[in-house]
Amino acid sequence: MEEEVLAPLAGKVLSVAVEVGTTVEEDDEVLVLEAMKMETVVYAPCDGEVVAVAVQVGDQVEEDDPLATIA
Amino acid sequence: MAFLEQLGLFAVTPGMVVMWVIGLTLIYLAISREYEPLLLLPIGFGVLLANLPLTGLMTPGEGLLWRFYHYGVEWEIIPPLIFLGLGAHTDFGPLLSQPRLIFLGAAAQGGVYITFFAAHAFGFTLQEAATIGIIGGADGPTTIFLAAQLAPHLLGACAVAAYSYMALVPIIQPPIMRLLTTEQERAIRMKKARKVAPREKLVFPIAAALAIILLVPASAPLIAMFMLGNLFRESKVVDRLTDTAQNALMNMATIFLGISVGATMSAENFLRADVIFIFALGLAAFAVSTACGLLLAKAMNLFTSDKINPLVGAAGVSAVPMAARVVHKVGAEADKKNYLLMFAMGPNLAGVIGTVIAAGIFLTMLQ
Repeated sequence: MEEEVLAPLAGKVLSVAVEVGTTVEEDDEVLVLEAMKMETVVYAPCDGEVVAVAVQVGDQVEEDDPLATIA
Repeated sequence: MAFLEQLGLFAVTPGMVVMWVIGLTLIYLAISREYEPLLLLPIGFGVLLANLPLTGLMTPGEGLLWRFYHYGVEWEIIPPLIFLGLGAHTDFGPLLSQPRLIFLGAAAQGGVYITFFAAHAFGFTLQEAATIGIIGGADGPTTIFLAAQLAPHLLGACAVAAYSYMALVPIIQPPIMRLLTTEQERAIRMKKARKVAPREKLVFPIAAALAIILLVPASAPLIAMFMLGNLFRESKVVDRLTDTAQNALMNMATIFLGISVGATMSAENFLRADVIFIFALGLAAFAVSTACGLLLAKAMNLFTSDKINPLVGAAGVSAVPMAARVVHKVGAEADKKNYLLMFAMGPNLAGVIGTVIAAGIFLTMLQ
């Protein structure tokens, strides 16, 4: 089953902690967004393996944009 | 001998030296702690200048700093220009997507009114009490705007109190937030907000300006400029004006605001027992406002199935966006996957408007 990691709020991607093939557990850090000069960590919604990363450092994302896919 | 009397050195009073220390402390806090540096740095330097003897800088009708203060602040020009810039910076989307959270921004003005009565009971005049109460909104330009009209002799102290408490939001608010909410309440995840259409954002500044100014005409100078700035932004056709309002003009206004406020803080104005009261009452106002927002959010939860995280009520004070950030952080301590920032921005923006309306009501009643 695939699950997408969605942006919880609009912001800029500051760092990405995973790449395709990384094994993650639920609540592991996936990436960090910056919104209103504050860092917000986005966590993995489930256990699994990262099969796609949709953003790069510096990208501007909107709320609910897909950031990565975990399967 | 006559020459020696012209030397500033011999006209220095102990009060001036105390004010130098205060000015230097503000400069220190601005530079090394980055407490509201854009304001505290020029304010701190203004304090130093205002307390150098024989300069005439604040001599009415002549002095340079007096002119900045008189034509900028007393003439009500600079605070509205700051509001123009704030309007151009503000995205009202979070407020429009959850209109019910506007009530939290109104509730958080509770501290303003409670402190108004408390300060009056302590012996301040009604005009002074209103100026002290408005510190509870934690909004610098509004505090300065009101003080210049009602109690100019308290302007420096009230402005410094308002800006200090804005900088100290991350220290003052969290203990109150934890005290008044349970772990479970702090972990409440709020339902996704609806998307706001661009047309709604475009209509909002016009509709809000009409509605608020018709209800509280005395709030017009600040509300008019705030909404004009926002209309520039949302119209998307005057990017040049939006950019100037947000940056160049706002920066100029900030420079003159800071130095003018600092210049009002002469030793005889500032070194009075009253000032300690002002700082204490201002802090109480701010704490009570925070609590009022939290408590109203809890009360609203009794009547709705779509629960509100009560922390967002604390963002009803108008320190934008510091209060919203603090809500987000305290919420994340209870549940790290709870993202409250955007929900907290709604009451936060409503709080700015609420504080301006409170100031307008005071002006209408007391001027």
